[in-house]
Amino acid sequence: MIRASGRWLRRSPRSAPGALAILAALLMIASPVNAQAQAPEVVLDSVQEEQARALASELRCPVCQGMSIEDSPTELAVQMKNIIREQLAAGRSPDEVRQYFVDRYGQWVLLKPEASGFNLIVYVLPWAVLLGGGAVIVVGVRRWTRSAGGDDQPAASTPSGQ
Amino acid sequence: MKWSRAALAMVIAVPVIALLVRSMGNDPRIIRSTLVGRDAPPFELAVLESEVLQMQEGDTIRLSDYLGEVVVLNFWASWCGPCRIEHPALTAVADAYRARGVRFLGVLYQDQPESARRWLDQLGEVYPTVLDPASRVAIEYGVAGIPETYFIARDGRVAHKYFGPLSVDTLVTHLDALLAEPAPAAESMVGNP
Amino acid sequence: MTRELGYAAIAVAFTLALYGLVAAVAGVRRGRGDLVRSAELATYFNFGLLTVANLAMIHALVARDFSISYVAQVGSHATPLLITVISLWSALEGSILFWGWVLAGYTALAVYLNRVRISGSLVPYATAVMLGVGAFFYLLLLLPANPFQLVWPTPADGPGPNPLLQNHWLMAVHPPLLYLGYVGMTVPFAFAIGALLSGRLDETWIRATRRWTVVAWGFLSLAIMAGMWWSYEVLGWGGYWAWDPVENASFMPWLTATAFLHSIMVQERRGMLKVWNLSLVIATFLLTILGTFLTRSGIISSVHAFTQGTIGYYFLGFIAVVLAFSLAVLAGRSAELRAAGHLDAAASRETVFLVNNLLLTAFTFTVLLGTLFPLLADAVQGVQVSVGAPFFNRMTVPIMMALIFLMGVGPVLPWRRADPDELKRRFIVPAAAFMAVVAGSLIFGLRQPYTIVAFGFAAFALAANIGEFVAPALKRVRAHGEFILLALLRVVNANRRRYGGYVAHIGVLLMAAGIAASSTFKIERNVTLRQGEVLEFKGYRLRFDELWGREEPQRFVIGADIAISREGGSESILQPRLNLYGANQPITTPAVRSRPHEDVYVTLMAWSAEEGATPTVTIRAIVEPLLVWIWIGGLIVGLGALISLWPDRRRRRGAAQRPAGIADAEPVPVVVTGELAAAGASAGQVAVARERTRLGPESAGKGILP
Repeated sequence: MIRASGRWLRRSPRSAPGALAILAALLMIASPVNAQAQAPEVVLDSVQEEQARALASELRCPVCQGMSIEDSPTELAVQMKNIIREQLAAGRSPDEVRQYFVDRYGQWVLLKPEASGFNLIVYVLPWAVLLGGGAVIVVGVRRWTRSAGGDDQPAASTPSGQ
Repeated sequence: MKWSRAALAMVIAVPVIALLVRSMGNDPRIIRSTLVGRDAPPFELAVLESEVLQMQEGDTIRLSDYLGEVVVLNFWASWCGPCRIEHPALTAVADAYRARGVRFLGVLYQDQPESARRWLDQLGEVYPTVLDPASRVAIEYGVAGIPETYFIARDGRVAHKYFGPLSVDTLVTHLDALLAEPAPAAESMVGNP
Repeated sequence: MTRELGYAAIAVAFTLALYGLVAAVAGVRRGRGDLVRSAELATYFNFGLLTVANLAMIHALVARDFSISYVAQVGSHATPLLITVISLWSALEGSILFWGWVLAGYTALAVYLNRVRISGSLVPYATAVMLGVGAFFYLLLLLPANPFQLVWPTPADGPGPNPLLQNHWLMAVHPPLLYLGYVGMTVPFAFAIGALLSGRLDETWIRATRRWTVVAWGFLSLAIMAGMWWSYEVLGWGGYWAWDPVENASFMPWLTATAFLHSIMVQERRGMLKVWNLSLVIATFLLTILGTFLTRSGIISSVHAFTQGTIGYYFLGFIAVVLAFSLAVLAGRSAELRAAGHLDAAASRETVFLVNNLLLTAFTFTVLLGTLFPLLADAVQGVQVSVGAPFFNRMTVPIMMALIFLMGVGPVLPWRRADPDELKRRFIVPAAAFMAVVAGSLIFGLRQPYTIVAFGFAAFALAANIGEFVAPALKRVRAHGEFILLALLRVVNANRRRYGGYVAHIGVLLMAAGIAASSTFKIERNVTLRQGEVLEFKGYRLRFDELWGREEPQRFVIGADIAISREGGSESILQPRLNLYGANQPITTPAVRSRPHEDVYVTLMAWSAEEGATPTVTIRAIVEPLLVWIWIGGLIVGLGALISLWPDRRRRRGAAQRPAGIADAEPVPVVVTGELAAAGASAGQVAVARERTRLGPESAGKGILP
C-alpha cells in the first residue's frame, strides 16, 4: 500500500517520437505553469526570504480552493510571490506588502481575518467557550465531590480489573 | 433539561439556521471587488499584433488614452471556455456602441500571444487586446479568474465588476447606465498625467 | 426499463418508510405487536429496494445508458470499468443514492439485531426514527436529487466523472468508508431518541448502541485518514489537511463522537451526564447532516463541493425539524434525567473524562465557528473574509496538545479515587519519557516550542498507554512463566473494550507525532532541470532522465523519469506525472518515496519540450520526516476500534466485570409505556426488573453486533 518508489509505474512505454510530437502540440494548449515564471529572479537575504515565505503562507491563492500562494503551483500564485519578493527587496515592510494585496483583492485574500472589530468574534469566542466550560467543570467537580459524603473507602488503585 | 434550557438552545440554533438559509444562493466563487468606486489602476501595455486593427508589435496602449470615454476592460484567455461563449456578445456590442463613446479593451491573462492570435483570427477581432505577461495588471485589478470584466466610467473610476461570461443584455444595461451619467468636467477627470 | 425500475424502487421505499414510521409508533402506543412487526418488515424490504435501485444505477453506468440523467452526467465510453462502477458516488445524486443504501442497510441490521434483545418500546421508536431519516433521503432522491431522470434526446457520450476521482485507488475507498461512518451515526441517534420517547433512560440504549457508535466512529476515522492520504498522494503540495470546509465537516462529528465514547463510560459507572450524552449523540447526528448540507448546498467553496440548487433548503428544513424535535423530547424528559452526581475525588479518571469532553467540544465549536464565520461576516457586515489553515492551526494546536497530554493521564488514573503513592509510581516512566524526549529534542537543536511540547507529550502518553499493556503482561510472565507476546495477547483479550481504546490512543499518538514532525521539518525546493541535470537536496541526488507522454483511453499522461539515489545507495526511478483529462485542468500525480524515517515527494510542475531543444522540467521536491507514521497510526486506530468491538466470548467474565456503577446509580423512574403499562404499574416494575437481569450477562456475552 505504501508506494515505495515509482517502480510500479515502470510498465509505461517509453515515449516514441510520435508521442513527443503530441507532447509538443499539447504545450500549445497550456502548460499549467509557465516554466519561465517559476525561477525567482530577485535575490533576498535570509531575513527577507523568511518574511516572503511567511507572507506567502498568509495570502490566499485567488484561483485555488483555500490554498495559500506559498503552497499553490498556479501561475497567478507564482506571480504574486514574485511581487512579494520584489517589494521586499525594494524595502517595503511585510505589512505594506500585505496591504498591497488587501487593497486589490479585499480582506478575502488573507487566510486569517484581521483581528479587529467584528472579526474578534472568531478569535475570542472559542477561548470563551473553553474558559466557561472549564469553570463549569471546576464548579461541578467541587459540588460532586462534596456530595459524595460517606463514600470513603479507598478504591482499588490498580486499574486492571476495572 | 428544562423547557427553558430547550428554549435557550433554540434561541442559539435558530440564528445559525437563519444564517445558513440567508447564505443560500451565495456563489462562493464571486469575490466582490474592492475597486468599485475607486479610480481604475492605470497601466501601459504592449498590444497584441493585429493586421485587422493595424496594430504592430511594439505599439502600446495606455488606459489614460481612453479617458473621457466609457471603457469595458475584459480579461480573457484562449483556453477559457466561457470567454469563447461571451465573445460574440462583446464583439457585437463593441461595434454597436463605438460611435457612442464606448471603447472595449481586452487583456490577455496567462496565455501565449500565438494562441490568442489564432483564437482571434478564428473568432473575429473588432477591438484590441493588450498583453499582460507577468499578470501585473491582472493582480492590480484583483482578477481571480476569467472571464472578468470591468466597466470604467468616463471619469476613470471603476463602476462595476462583472464575473463570468457576459451577455448582450447585461452589457447594454451597464453601458446605457454609464452613458447616461453626465459627462465629467475636464478638471474632475483622473488618470495618468 | 432500468430507469423506471430504479425510480419505482425508491418511490416504494419512500412510501414504506412513511408507513413503517407510522406503524411503529402506532403499534407501540396501542400495544399492537403486529404493527410493530410490520414496521420491522418494512425496514428489511427497504434494504432490498435500495439494493435494487443501486444495482440498477450500477448497471446503467456500466451499460453506458446515457438516457438516464446521472449516467449522462458522470458516465463516459472512455472511462475504465472499475472507475465507472465507483462513479456511483462521484456526484451528488449518486452519492445520495449510495447514502440511502447504506442507511437502509444499517436500519435493517439494527432492527434485526435488537428486536428481540430489547423488549418494550425503545426499539420500535428507534425504528420509527431511522425510517423517518430514511424517508427524508428517499424524498431527496425523488425530488431535487433524482438520478433517474430521463434525458432526451439521448446523448452519444458523457463527460466522465470528475478527473480528481479517477486518479488514485483511494478514491474507491474513501467515500464508502466515509458514508459507513457518517450514516452509521444515525443508529445511535435513533436509539437515543427512542430512549427518550420510550422512557427507557437507563443504560439500555447506550449498551445497544455503543458498538454501533464504535463501528461508525471506526469507519469515520479510517475515512478521514484515507482522505488525508489521498490529498497527499494527489494534490501535489505535500500536504494532507487544509481545513477545507468539507474536511472540517467530516472532522466535527468525529470529535463529538470521540467525546461521547469517553463520557458514556462516566454514565455507565456513575450514572451521571445523561443529558450530556444524549446531547452529544444528537449533536453528532446533526453535524453529519450539517456536513452533508455544506457539501451539497454550494454556499461554501471547497475542493469537494458538489452543485448548487434547491437541495440545500431541504437539508436546512430537515436540520430545523430534527433539532426542534430532539430538544422538545429532551426537555420533556427532563425530570427523569435529573440525577445528582457524585464523584469520589477530583483526581480520578472521571474528571479526566470531563476535561476531555470539554476540550473536544471546544475543538468542535472552534472548527464550526471558523467554517461558518465567512458566511456570518458577509451576512452581518457585507465583507468577504477567509478563514483558512493559519487560523485553524493557531486556534486548535493548543487544544490538541492538551488532548495528547490527557491521553497519557486518563489510562493511568484509576476510576473513583487515586492513591497518591500508587500514582507516583505509575507516572514515573511516562514522566521520564517526557523529559528524555524534551532533552533529546533540545540537544538535537530543536527550538520550536510547540513541536518540542508535542513530542514530549506524545512520548509521555505513549509510555503511559504502552505501560498499561506491559505492566500486567509482565505480571503474567512472572506469575505463569508465559511467553511475553502471549501474555500481551491474553491481557488484551481479557478486556478488549479497554485495550482497544488504548490501541486507538497509540494510533492517534503516532499520527500526532507524524504530523508534528512532517510539518515542522518539511523542506521544499522548486527547481528547473534540463535533461541530465542533477539536484542535490537533503542528501538525495535527483536527476532528470526523460520526459515522456502516454495516451490512455480517458486521458493523456505526461511524466518525467527522475532518478533518485542517496550517498552510495542504489538508484530508483520516481515518475511524477501530469494527467490531462480533456479540457479540464491537469491533475498531478506526485511521485512519493516513503521510508519509515522520511518521505521524498516530487511533483511535476511544468515541462518544456521544443523541437530540437533539450527538454526541461520544473519540479517541486519535498522531504518530510516521519510522514508515513500518519497512515500507520490511522490504521492502528482502526485496529483499536476493531479490538474494542470484538465480542467477549466468555460470559461469566463479562458479567463479573460489568462495572459496579449500574448498581450504584440512583434508580431512575422509568416511564412505563405500551404493553408494560397495560400490565399495571407494579407489574411494570417487575417487568423492568426482569429486563435488567435479562440484559445482563446476555448482552455482555453475545454482543449486539456479530
